[in-house]
Amino acid sequence: MARAATTSDAFNAIAEPRRREILDLLAQQERSVGDLVDLLGLAQPQVSKHLTVLRTVGMVDVRDEGRRRFYRLNGGALRPVHDWVSRFEDSWTARFDRLDGVLDDLKKGQQT
Amino acid sequence: MTEMADVRRAVVSTPSDTEILIVRDFEAPAELVYRAWTTPELVARWWHAERGSVTSIDIDLRVGGRWRYVMVATGGFEVAFHGEYREIVPNRRLVTTEVYEGAPEAEAVTTATFTDVDGGSRVEILVQHASAAARDMHLQSGMEDGLQRALELLEDLTRTAR
Repeated sequence: MARAATTSDAFNAIAEPRRREILDLLAQQERSVGDLVDLLGLAQPQVSKHLTVLRTVGMVDVRDEGRRRFYRLNGGALRPVHDWVSRFEDSWTARFDRLDGVLDDLKKGQQT
Repeated sequence: MTEMADVRRAVVSTPSDTEILIVRDFEAPAELVYRAWTTPELVARWWHAERGSVTSIDIDLRVGGRWRYVMVATGGFEVAFHGEYREIVPNRRLVTTEVYEGAPEAEAVTTATFTDVDGGSRVEILVQHASAAARDMHLQSGMEDGLQRALELLEDLTRTAR
């Protein structure tokens, strides 16, 4: 199965560790590009490139204030990722609930 | 059935972009969980996750031995997984390879650890994929599952509404 383009898929957007770091930092508070450059220890062009990807998939929103540009997290865009993982969780939860039943029977068997 | 009624969800996290970690506590010692995990007729009772019926469970529990699980999902299609045992520490740890036969090129390595904790045990399953794409596909299989179940529920609802 081909992977979707980085710029159109939430999962690919967050597959890059640096972009996850950016999302973590923005989850704390809105930050300027300069702040992110300092906090990440990356060159500005790299940070800007990551921000462009995150902005294209709608994970961050941007606001200009004078000559400075501020980014903030758009939690709604992370929803598909959250849903995806939680559906996977559902399947394991169902499986483990059944395993609980098997274990109960094994415990009863040991007592007798 | 009081404490068991509490919803004890499997907790899934993604420690890196090629891994999936699944953690769940059980009210039974690690030894019993391990037995339910490695005995074919017991695996057949829980592995289907209520999304179908298990048609075969083969377990050759020795290093280099093969395993294969097959179920027919509610939609009628067959879902099969197989792999090889790489490391076996009875009641403690199982390392296996795992291939979903629908995508045989993607082999994952799964490490299951069984640890006694206060009043029960903890199971941790670390799935390591060769690539982020394979890992994402694995997570997506859960989504298809969920969708399948949603469709079944919808079907039930439409039936009762008739």
